[in-house]
Amino acid sequence: MTAKLQVSSLNAWFSTTQALKNINVEVAANRVLAIIGPSGCGKSTFVRCLNRMHELLPGARSEGRVLLDGEDVYSKALDPSTLRRRVGMVFQRANVFPTLSIRDNVLSGLKLNRVKKNYQEVLERTLRQTALWDEVKDRLSSDATQLSGGQQQRLCIARALAVEPEVLLMDEPASALDPIATAKIEELIDELKSRYTIVIVTHNMQQAIRISDFTAFFCMGELIEQGATKQLFTKPEKQQTEDYVTGKFG
Amino acid sequence: MKMRVHSAVRRVVNWGMTGLCLTAVLMALMPLGSILWLVVSKGARSLSISFLTELPAAVGESGGGVGNAIVGTLYLVVLAGLLGLPLGVGAGVYLAERGAGRLGSAVRFTAEVLGSVPSIVVGVVAYGLVVATMHRFSALAGGLALGILMVPTLARATEEMVRLVPHTLREASLALGVPAWRTTLSIVLRTAWGGILNVALLGIARAAGETAPLLFTSLNNQYWNFRPDQPTASLTVQIFNYAISPYEDWQRKAWGSALVLLLLVGLLSLLAHFTRRRSAI
Repeated sequence: MTAKLQVSSLNAWFSTTQALKNINVEVAANRVLAIIGPSGCGKSTFVRCLNRMHELLPGARSEGRVLLDGEDVYSKALDPSTLRRRVGMVFQRANVFPTLSIRDNVLSGLKLNRVKKNYQEVLERTLRQTALWDEVKDRLSSDATQLSGGQQQRLCIARALAVEPEVLLMDEPASALDPIATAKIEELIDELKSRYTIVIVTHNMQQAIRISDFTAFFCMGELIEQGATKQLFTKPEKQQTEDYVTGKFG
Repeated sequence: MKMRVHSAVRRVVNWGMTGLCLTAVLMALMPLGSILWLVVSKGARSLSISFLTELPAAVGESGGGVGNAIVGTLYLVVLAGLLGLPLGVGAGVYLAERGAGRLGSAVRFTAEVLGSVPSIVVGVVAYGLVVATMHRFSALAGGLALGILMVPTLARATEEMVRLVPHTLREASLALGVPAWRTTLSIVLRTAWGGILNVALLGIARAAGETAPLLFTSLNNQYWNFRPDQPTASLTVQIFNYAISPYEDWQRKAWGSALVLLLLVGLLSLLAHFTRRRSAI
């Protein structure tokens, strides 16, 4: 099994507060890695370091190495925009572009990057992948904001898939959704992992068990434990992990 | 029993306060209402097709209109917009997107100072820059003066509009691998566009009502003018000239011109109102 992403000695700061402390993780290709941990433990910061979104926040910086297929993503030679096309991201809250139609939302990544493609094919494929096609095929030209919250989040996933990334980062993609919409997203993740490498942040431990192959447990900016999901939830090595996954703290 | 007294006191205080607020609103609206009434009642008599389309008549001659002044005002406003809109909107976008540093605060401070400069002083600047160098009064000088006047308010208002665009949209675009500059142009500006258009129209409406900076820049003209290097008529200067004249006919025409200007500015504001309602955020 090859590692798609290799993270070594990763540290990250917000001004003077250290948000990540010496993180070492490998993400296997075509597998789902779940990041769990209490609020404020650095889960989001970690995934945002993988596609260099962290450094966009005022006062934020990071240090260490992140290799994508062996290539240093923090190298000066690599344009962050190029990296972000290979490492896509879905956010906690659906952030569709309110001025664009459903169609243009999906195609925005291609159109704004001036990538010529068979747009109709991409549109239908990504909307089918996200199980939206049947729900929106008759109103592709209407505003994306008319969709329900769950539909908007799936539209955001379709938008991220349209640029054909290799890795998909998901920062609590279902935390604002109801159980039915959540189930649809989870189903989708299961289908996507045959073609993408997925890193998903989640608050929901049941969700991590359901969808992930590997899990990493973060606390206070440190990586406490990582391993196969089943192993980590049933026979954790550290007491802290056991306390968290059994609900004794956090 | 005690509770009933309390609620009675509350009700009286509630009425009293509502009454006070209503009085304040009425007092604030009174000057506006009386200006509107005065201009409409005195100006309506002069309104006619020929008043809107013809050139001004000489003293004693009957008829004549302010057609060239209407066109002149529109001409000046377009010139001002061409100069002021790119500068003001550009500065505003810069302030919102990149204005956190020292240069940003310097630009913001300069805009504030410029915004409080009296319009007649801006007129003097345009006089020095254009009229003195070209040795003639011109529409260009008037347009420049109005354009400069638009910049500071436009910049600050655009900054506010761009700041209203949620940060999550910027992140969404950047995460798709869209470069920052294209994110600003295609996502941020597009989302803020309704608001910016609204601000721009209000700025243009304000510029259309300026008189002082035009008195010694675009001056006035008795004829049609479409050349930027020639003096041009404008409604405001025409009103000024007619109003201070001793002739009753001209004074009537001043009221008529004032009504035309009021309608023009009102139309622009109304347009701005509708663009605001159509905007996406």
